Formats: sequence, structure tokens, C-alpha cells
Amino acid sequence: MFDIKDLYQEVIVDHNRSPRNFGKLEDADKTLEGYNPLCGDKLTLYIKTDGEKINDISFDGSGCAISVASASLMTDAMKGKSLQEAESLFNDFHNLITTDKEADIDQLGKLAALAGVKAYPARVKCASLCWHTLHSVIEGSDTPVKTE
Amino acid sequence: MNNQNTATNINTSTFDVEKIRADFPILQEQVNGKPLVYLDNAATAQKPRQVIETLDTYYREYNSNIHRGVHTLSQKATDAYETAREKVKSFLNANSSKEIIFVRGATEAINLVAQSFGRDTISAGDEIIITELEHHSNIVPWQLLCEQTGATLRYIPINDAGELILEEYEKLLNEKTSIVAVGHISNALGTINPIKLIIDKAHAVGAKVLIDGAQAVPHTKVNVQELDCDFYVFSGHKLFGPTGIGVLYGKETILDAMPPYQGGGDMIQTVSMTKSTFNALPHKFEAGTPHIAGVIGLGAAIDYVNELDLDVTAQYENELLDYANEQAAQIADLKFVGTAKNKTSILSFTLGKIHPHDIGTILDGEGVAIRAGHHCAMPVMERFEIPATARASFAFYNTREEVDALIQAIDKCKKVFG
Repeated sequence: MFDIKDLYQEVIVDHNRSPRNFGKLEDADKTLEGYNPLCGDKLTLYIKTDGEKINDISFDGSGCAISVASASLMTDAMKGKSLQEAESLFNDFHNLITTDKEADIDQLGKLAALAGVKAYPARVKCASLCWHTLHSVIEGSDTPVKTE
Repeated sequence: MNNQNTATNINTSTFDVEKIRADFPILQEQVNGKPLVYLDNAATAQKPRQVIETLDTYYREYNSNIHRGVHTLSQKATDAYETAREKVKSFLNANSSKEIIFVRGATEAINLVAQSFGRDTISAGDEIIITELEHHSNIVPWQLLCEQTGATLRYIPINDAGELILEEYEKLLNEKTSIVAVGHISNALGTINPIKLIIDKAHAVGAKVLIDGAQAVPHTKVNVQELDCDFYVFSGHKLFGPTGIGVLYGKETILDAMPPYQGGGDMIQTVSMTKSTFNALPHKFEAGTPHIAGVIGLGAAIDYVNELDLDVTAQYENELLDYANEQAAQIADLKFVGTAKNKTSILSFTLGKIHPHDIGTILDGEGVAIRAGHHCAMPVMERFEIPATARASFAFYNTREEVDALIQAIDKCKKVFG
């Protein structure tokens, strides 16, 4: 039995209500859209990078609490990270919400609040949309991301 | 909220909902430790044991292919299949059972009409009229047909209540209009469209009319001869029957003139190496081994709703919707989407800034199953400038207590999001 509060933890409700890093980054080097056609979640990721490090990052768009909170928490976690660290965090986060592997909670920090998503398979793509979009940006793709 | 009930006033105080619920085994299930409150009937309806047992008996006792075997079981299966066709004919009050074509569902029926009738009769410059209310299944087949033929697709707009603006419809009609395709009842909003008037006006300019009855047949009696529609389509699974089976009704003279949709066994008269001749109606449109169990199960579902009487169940459902509307109206921040004067069985809403998918997840935790999303009607969402709605949709086996459970679960959403 899962308590709904395991999914909608205080930190998620808070980041949904007042998303951090929300809005267009005017001097972004890279911009990419992510779209979940099934439920209509949409976001655009703006990244300022020197090719090695994420110097600044923001997002805008619309979606459910899980997708907005996830993008808010992710962008918070990514500021100042190297692209390599970002990819490593992407893998940790992916494991956290889709597998039973022991997650590195220290590495994940506040992102661990999204662990409850694992119990709701239909909602995993809500939490992972922003991450797949970031992953595509790092891989140098300019094709909008779709999760299904 | 006003619900106009077109049926004569029927006393529903003798309506025994508990007796009906006992026919639906799934309603005894628990979800997340709570009794299932199934309010997603517009997506698919639950099945009474009479339908389940009919499928079971077919597979256990006389599973066989139809229209070709000389053996006993094949004859029995063929008889049951064709008896079901007669049931559908009576259910729609069609003139002849030749006018009843079995397909996979309403979607396939519309595609059949677009690709067979449409490609045979439509040419560049012709116009096809649909509405802003349509389900994607009554949009995309026409878009494809327009791309293939150079015809133009035009939309009847809706007002803020979610009703078709009929003055605009009249302006769209002209001698180039060749097909008008309209949903009988909107799946996203529950609006009941004035289809008789729409059909008559289309006929006045010489257009043919298809009515998508997927949402209508579980809630209202349909008389295709009285309506005078050229095509009427519906799906079995929304009518308490199996999935994967649906019906295309078409006027015999029109179906007769249409080319086949798919080729294969059962739809031919003779096949030689160079040419084939086609079977008579309705078999011309039923290539290959059909969904025999589905057809027989659909027949059982029709028997079931006939026994209950759709006039009686519609009245009960309208009273239930009135009650749900009254209760929902008490919730601060709840906004109704779709407030047509003439509507049925659907409560589509938004709740402050809480996204419908979050509502859906929280309600599910309380055992309440609803649909959250765009309901395969993205133009409707666009019209109301919202990404999605939460939609509770009722059937005659739902109760006031279940409405109360819905309302309490909505309250819980507000608590979770503070």
C-alpha cells in the first residue's frame, strides 16, 4: 500500500507551487523542447554552457506537479555541474525512479524526493521528461524530445 | 446545471441499482484497498455477467468458424453471429440487416466510410464538415481523406458552454459540401448534439451524413430511419459489450454502391487469377474471419440494455449527473468544462491550478477511477485554452454514494496541494 503523500512530498508540492529557475534564459547557448504527447506535458530547457560545465539553466512550459517539480529540482541540481557529472546524475536519477537498485542518496540530494514515482509506472515519464531533454542536449541533439 | 431530459418522465424510484450492480462482477473489486468507484465509463463500460457468460459459452461449447463449415458447430456459430446482426438491426431500427456491418469499433467504421465512400465520391474542391467537439477518431480519417483527394475540412465551432453554434453550421453548408460527420454525444463534454436538425440541413444541400454514436448508444435510444442519417457508427465496448467489435450502419443503397474496404475471404463471390467478384451486403465489407465471439457478446449486451430499457436508465443517469453537479458546484476552485443545456453523464472539470493528471492519481489512491487528459479531443481543449480536464463519466450502475466518494476524493486533492 502506498500513501499518496509518498508521491506528493512536501518538497514536490513546494517546487510545483513555486518552481525554481522558471522562465526563459535570454543568453542560453542551447534550447531544447520536451513533449509528452500522451498527457500533454510540455517544457523547454534553456542552458548556458562553455562545453564543459553547465553555467546556468532554466525551463518553462506546463505540466503536472510531478513534471514541474522534477524540472525545478533538476535545474537546481545542475547549476555549476560538469556535463559529465550531469550525465552521471541522469543515470542515478533514472535508476532511482525505474529500478530497485540502491540509489546514491548523497549524490541525489533533494532529487530523492521523487523516489515515490517508482510506485506509479504511469507517472514515471512525467518525472523523466526534463531529464531526457537534458540528456539530449548534452548529446548534442536538436530534435525535440518525446516520451511515450 | 440543467439537464433536459427528452425522454418521457419515468418513475425511477423503482429503479433497483443494487440489483443491476450485482450483474457486474468487477464492481466488487477493491483498488488500493478501497472499493472500486468506476467513473470512466466514457472510456469503456464494464461488462455484465450475461455478456461474460455468453463469451465463455461460445468458447467452451461452440467455437467454430462461420459461413463456411458444414458441421454442426459452425452452423451454430453462424446462427448466433447472424442473430446478433438482427439484434443490432432492431437496436438501431435499421430497415434491413444488410445495413449492419461488423467492424472493430467506431474508429474502423469511420475509416471505412472515409476510404470507401469518401475516396469513391469526393474530389478536389469538395468540402467535408465536422465539428470542434469531435473525438480524434472523427477528425483524423477526414484529414487523411482531404489529403488524398484535395477536399477541404471545415469545422462547426462551439460556444463557451460546449454547444455547436448552428448559425455557423448553416453558413458552412453549400453545394460543395459532400459529407457532414458529427458526434451524437461529445466524449469530452457530454454535449448532446441536435443531430436530426444537422442531418436535415445537410441533406438539403445534397450532402451525406455520418453520425458517430460511440458515446450515445449507452445513454439514448437510436432510430436511424427516423434520423434519416446515411451512416451511424458505434463501438461495442462502450455499450457493456466486448472490446474489438463495433458497428457500421449504412443505408443499403449507399453501401451497395461503395467499393470494398478490405479484400479477403468471406467478402468475395468468386475469385479467379485475374479478377474477383464481390459478395452481397453485408459480407462485402466483412473480409476475413470476423470477431465472432465479440459479435455474439455484443448481441448479449444489447439484450441486457433492452431489458433495462434505455429510457429508464437515461433518466436515472440524468438524476445522478444532477446530483454530481450540485455536489461539485460546492467545491471552491472547481470549474465545470462543458455546461451544455442538453448533456449527459459526463462531468468534466478543472480544479484550481491542480493538474488533471495529479487529480487522477490522487483519486485512484481513493479507489476512484476517472480519466485525466485531453480525451482524444485536443481541439476541444484548445477551444477552452486548457491542456486537459479531469472527467468523471457515469453509467446506470453508478450510485449517489459513489458520487460522494468522488467528491471526498476531490477534497483530498485540495488537501494534498494545500
